[in-house]
Amino acid sequence: MGIEIAGIKMKNPVMVASGTFGFGEEYSELYDLNRLGAIVTKSVTLLPREGNPPPRIVETPAGMLNSIGLQNDGLKVFLEKHLPYLSKFTVPVIVNVAGETLDEYVDVVKALSKENRVDGIELNISCPNVKKGCMAFGIDPKLTEELVKAAKKASKKPIIVKLSPNVTDITVIAKAAEKAGADALSLINTIMGMAIDIKTKKPKLAMITGGLSGPAIKPIAVRMVWQVAQAVKVPVIGIGGIMTAEDAYEFMLAGASAVQVGTANFVDIESPLKIIEGLKKYI
Amino acid sequence: MIQENCRIVDHSQLAPRYFKIVFSSDHIAKTARPGQFVNIRVSNELTPLLRRPLSIHQSDPEKGTFTLLYETIGYGTELLSKKLVGSELNILGPLGNGFEVVNDIALLVAGGMGIAPLGFLAREAIKSKKDVYCFIGAKNEGLVLCEEGLKSLGAKVTVATEDGSRGEKGLVTHSLEKFLKDFRLTIDGKRLTIYACGPRPMLKAVAAIAAQNNFECRVSMEAYLACGIGACKGCAVDTIEGYRMVCKDGPVFDAKGIKWE
Ligand SMILES: Cc1cc2nc3c(=O)[nH]c(=O)nc-3n(C[C@H](O)[C@H](O)[C@H](O)COP(=O)(O)OP(=O)(O)OC[C@H]3O[C@@H](n4cnc5c(N)ncnc54)[C@H](O)[C@@H]3O)c2cc1C
Ligand SMILES: Cc1cc2nc3c(=O)[nH]c(=O)nc-3n(C[C@H](O)[C@H](O)[C@H](O)COP(=O)(O)O)c2cc1C
Ligand code: FES
Repeated sequence: MGIEIAGIKMKNPVMVASGTFGFGEEYSELYDLNRLGAIVTKSVTLLPREGNPPPRIVETPAGMLNSIGLQNDGLKVFLEKHLPYLSKFTVPVIVNVAGETLDEYVDVVKALSKENRVDGIELNISCPNVKKGCMAFGIDPKLTEELVKAAKKASKKPIIVKLSPNVTDITVIAKAAEKAGADALSLINTIMGMAIDIKTKKPKLAMITGGLSGPAIKPIAVRMVWQVAQAVKVPVIGIGGIMTAEDAYEFMLAGASAVQVGTANFVDIESPLKIIEGLKKYI
Repeated sequence: MIQENCRIVDHSQLAPRYFKIVFSSDHIAKTARPGQFVNIRVSNELTPLLRRPLSIHQSDPEKGTFTLLYETIGYGTELLSKKLVGSELNILGPLGNGFEVVNDIALLVAGGMGIAPLGFLAREAIKSKKDVYCFIGAKNEGLVLCEEGLKSLGAKVTVATEDGSRGEKGLVTHSLEKFLKDFRLTIDGKRLTIYACGPRPMLKAVAAIAAQNNFECRVSMEAYLACGIGACKGCAVDTIEGYRMVCKDGPVFDAKGIKWE
């Protein structure tokens, strides 16, 4: 079950996805985090972010829309509070980084590079819920390349680039990230969606649009992983609607070396553990 | 906090869309505090996907059971209403901060299903020798819950129905306002806290009444939840200190801190 991705050694190929697991504190009350392949933290930005006005989430068939807006305490609190907490565990920590500008990304990446407890960095260039930056990088191959190059220059830590599905051809972005030196690619982030309350005739989310996650997006995610795995040589991490070991194995058949579990954490706290256990049958 | 399969030991209909359900769980029954809630997986299918939050209405640590009251308003609660005694559902709980009973007088204001967490609070407040006044608001007589139960515990109960079929006619906030006019003169120095749960417009009105009278006020807020434990930042409520999470920082908040507009 053990694997090594982008130089990060994991006990098993099952990580928890950014934004669905906070910084691990809440979940650590419920099980031993060391059982996971790795923890990918909530996106960390240079400065604290308040997030978007509520309502921020709404359930949809076999999925949910969210427009959290990258609410987080910022780099300083991450380094002073969240990272020391994670240091109590031995599980690999991959810090997800987001920003509005290239410099913001680079500043955070630089600071994280000095931390022993950070095993890898995942660049979130795919959040659909903020006005500036983030997904703007991930839908443009040139900006993707520039950003990944700058991050690689700023850090010796493994850099994983998290791709957006909200593009015409995901392989173009994937190749740009690989060319710039990405050590691995993770995909997919949420798919832009929208829901309207037909009684009030108003959007159900305050921000109008949000990111769709959960089982509803799995076929799209599997397809994109399959496309990207053929287009690049670096390892691919599959994300999107994984609820069971069978779902995870499906991603592996499509070319993923490992997976991340997101929305399933909300449905069943133990789903990553059940997926790890269940995968033993297949790999 | 624990996630476990809990057996349904009782399930009954109280009114056309109101239900009472009792689960067995030693852990939740022993640790739950008034104002806390559980997050229930009502189906093992992919729709509805997320858990549904319901407040703990009563807990019996000796028997190892806890009770919920709920209203069927959509797919999830409809599914829940069809579950049979003896079957098991996966439950995460107890969650949230809960109410704190500090002052001598506790004045409880419930709108509709808002009685769910307040019933538990009334019981605990009476146990700790507080004076408990309950205001129960409902659309009509058939939807008034817990009146007899609260009276027999020793609470002073006022009922208000919108159609006047039981108790005072009108909104419960109106009854509260009327009551406070005289009552506030009689409490000589004793401290009073208002606790409210119900639809947001009602909470806003209660908060305004509390502010006018200079009473402390705690409200139990609602939002859509995903994780239920503070990890996803999905359940934001806007407060004067910024966004706070209903599931972790709440559901109980100081009414003064909420941005009601
Ligand atoms: C902390 C907390 C405690 C709660 N305690 C209780 C309780 O003790 N008893 C009880 O009956 N209910 C309680 N609720 C509300 C209950 O969770 C919802 O009614 C339930 O989740 C609805 O699920 P559904 O699938 O039946 O409805 P859905 O199909 O999800 O929704 C039906 C309709 O109701 C609206 N709606 C649903 N949930 C909410 C919400 N949370 N806020 C605003 N609008 C909503 C939707 O927009 C939709 O129009 C509580 C909620 C919270 C957050
Ligand atoms: C509530 C919520 C918050 C999220 N926040 C982030 C985030 O901060 N950064 C990020 O890169 N992805 C974020 N995501 C995307 C997930 O990491 C994942 O890519 C996506 O949800 C698809 O996987 P899933 O279907 O298993 O949830 C978030 C997803 C959800 C549902
Ligand atoms: S529901 Fe996830 S933080 Fe409240």
